[in-house]
Amino acid sequence: MGFFLLGLIRLLTGAQARWYGCPPKAEQRIYFANHQSHADLLLIWAALPQVLRTLTRPIAARDYWTRTPFRSWITSAVFNAIYVSRERTADQDPLEPLVDALERGDSIILFPEGTRGHAEEPQEFKAGLYNLAQKFPHVVLVPAWINNVQRVMPKGEVVPVPVLCSVTFGAPVALGDGEPRKDFLVRARQAVVALREV
Amino acid sequence: MNQYLRNLNASDQVGAMFLFVFGCLFVASVVLLMLSLREQAEDATGEMRRQTLVHANTLLRSSWFMVIVFWIGWLSGDLGATILFALVSFFALREFMTLSPTRRGDHRSLVLAFFVILPLQYTLVGTRHFDLFTVFIPVYVFLAIPVVSALANDPQRFLERNAKLQWGIMVCIYGMSHVPALLLLDFPNYRDRGAFLVFFLVIVVQTCMLVQHMAARRLRRAPTAPAISSSFNWLSWCIGVGVAALLGGLLAGITPFKPGQALAMALVACAAGSLGHLVMKAIKRDRGIPNWGSQGEGVTGAGGLLDRVDALCFAAPVFFHSVRWYFDL
Repeated sequence: MGFFLLGLIRLLTGAQARWYGCPPKAEQRIYFANHQSHADLLLIWAALPQVLRTLTRPIAARDYWTRTPFRSWITSAVFNAIYVSRERTADQDPLEPLVDALERGDSIILFPEGTRGHAEEPQEFKAGLYNLAQKFPHVVLVPAWINNVQRVMPKGEVVPVPVLCSVTFGAPVALGDGEPRKDFLVRARQAVVALREV
Repeated sequence: MNQYLRNLNASDQVGAMFLFVFGCLFVASVVLLMLSLREQAEDATGEMRRQTLVHANTLLRSSWFMVIVFWIGWLSGDLGATILFALVSFFALREFMTLSPTRRGDHRSLVLAFFVILPLQYTLVGTRHFDLFTVFIPVYVFLAIPVVSALANDPQRFLERNAKLQWGIMVCIYGMSHVPALLLLDFPNYRDRGAFLVFFLVIVVQTCMLVQHMAARRLRRAPTAPAISSSFNWLSWCIGVGVAALLGGLLAGITPFKPGQALAMALVACAAGSLGHLVMKAIKRDRGIPNWGSQGEGVTGAGGLLDRVDALCFAAPVFFHSVRWYFDL
């Protein structure tokens, strides 16, 4: 099934990975990218090389990806995704599942905007990325720009359209010593946006 | 030798042709490899030689690619060939659409183009409904696409968006689908030799492009349309088309044509193909890109699929319809 899905994504989008600034390497990483469509998850998963794909777990919104049995099966069995809830509950830290995964040594794919943006530019990044960077200083933070996915399947449509998409991976961003949260998040966002022009 | 080839049956003849073409390509590859091994001086002439080698290499690679595609098409029979060219169409249209910005309202029309029109057109080719196949896209589809777009309720740049979509369908689906149609065209006394017609078309069009390119480099005439193409000028165009037409005349033996007819057919196909290439260049300039394929330079440094087949997409329908009309098939 994973193989079939990979073929389908390649056929529809090409799922081309462009590595600028860092090579595809099996070290523990947090990939963070812009978010425009639910298909972002599939694309970045398909763009990674086979070896890294098995080591890397995407983050999926629990409410969307567990709504139907098919979705929850695909995210759990094929993507090995980490579910996070978008609604905050007082007693639970939303980052907890991510922290667990990182402690186990997995790499993760994160969309720090939190929700899908509809504008050209990504929205401001949420603090989660900063918190994780602080907690796991040895994990490499790799920015990624996902191009064109919103054209493949706009909101409310069911049939995808074949359009070439690419994922551009940039030079890693590191959290500076004592760098304020806001500065870091702005810098991380700029690193993602800058990849659009590469 | 000639007598021997004549006595072979159709499929052996086609096989011999492919063997010959592969042989030529192989010799060319070996020669290029030898040349690239030779040490080049570190001055301007050496640099220029290297550039020429790189250029020749890309050309050779795309020739290999095309020949292999045709070979697989022939090996896999009528159905296989139709499916193969449908796939080429699909990838070419994907490239075209990637670089033509569409809006949300175009989604349904795009789905229609990719998943309904493309398979239908190739089904019509595969089942040899040549009358319907020639009018299906220019009549029915061209009227249906704007209706779907209008129902999407988005008036912004409506005409422009539709023009892009229809142009993409015209070049990538309609043009390309005439290549398998040539394979399936039934000439009297020429059964199962459609591969020769396709070979004839490809070889004259590619020769025309190559000669035109080399003439333009040699002659260094002022380009006719500098904003569109830095190399196109009428003199080298005439040379290219002329040489290719002569070659077409010489190749008359493998076609059902007499030499004069072959010359005229080659002339028509080359004129359409080379001018079509110019049109595609204009579209690329409009989008501000050097070649099709994924954005900017692809990973391999090669251009897109559409760069390789665009001349063929323009030449095939013109050639096909000229043949059909002249021989009343």
